[in-house]
Amino acid sequence: MKPAEVSLPSDTEVRVVRKFDAPASLVWRAYTEPALMQQWLLGPPGWTMPVCEMDVRVGGKFRWRWRNDEDGSEFGFYGEFKELTPHTRIVHTEFFDPGDIDSDMGEGTVITVTFDETDGATTMTSLMKYASKQDRDAALSTGMTDGMEMSYEQLDTLVASESSNRALPS
Amino acid sequence: MSRLDQSFAALADPTRRGILAYLAQGEATVSDLVDQFDLTQPTISSHLKTLEAAGLISRSRKAQTRPCKLEPEGLKAVDVWLERFRSIWEGNYVRLDTLLDTLEPAGKEKKL
Repeated sequence: MKPAEVSLPSDTEVRVVRKFDAPASLVWRAYTEPALMQQWLLGPPGWTMPVCEMDVRVGGKFRWRWRNDEDGSEFGFYGEFKELTPHTRIVHTEFFDPGDIDSDMGEGTVITVTFDETDGATTMTSLMKYASKQDRDAALSTGMTDGMEMSYEQLDTLVASESSNRALPS
Repeated sequence: MSRLDQSFAALADPTRRGILAYLAQGEATVSDLVDQFDLTQPTISSHLKTLEAAGLISRSRKAQTRPCKLEPEGLKAVDVWLERFRSIWEGNYVRLDTLLDTLEPAGKEKKL
């Protein structure tokens, strides 16, 4: 499948689009059933999702919590479902629970996820609307959240091969 | 290497990020930066070359000095963040691909 596309439709929004080779009913299940979500919604290596509670109905709440198995740090998100159209559309709020991560993710986000099935494949579009540009940029700069960001040391390693390919400045 | 990759590599170094943060306050000469970061002139010059090659700064000529300034157009820091954001989500989605593969046969069986 083509890799995820990230775009910035406005100053306060981020859109992520990705196609999956499966019908919308299955992508929906993977997006709403805790036992399935815990298998993929994990962020960078080293994180697990020990808490995933989903009360999938309008007005129902959800609670997600991630844990770093190396240093034991935890954080989460919680929110409420505002709209649910099975296999088609989810709108929910999302608030950051910093746990023991030193981070501020702003005032909350409205997430709209749409599932669009064509020829058995499903395009999932996640539109994240932040309270301000500042909040959006903070979220962008930290990946999923501060606690999940790759350290700059990891970044250094990641780009090391490229850097070594460059002629060293005299 | 693309300009974005160069920016990404240039930003990966803490000293270079420090230099960019310093230049965000205004132009500076090499000797300003040597004083500020307590590094040798060749080290600073080497970092500046990397930053210049990545399009993150530009250098002009004034008398005997070559002051450096940030290149907001070239900075493209948001591109770097976007790419990191994208790669974290793509990591999730690749796992989701695998999961969907395991679910699909069962789903089809049930329908028959």
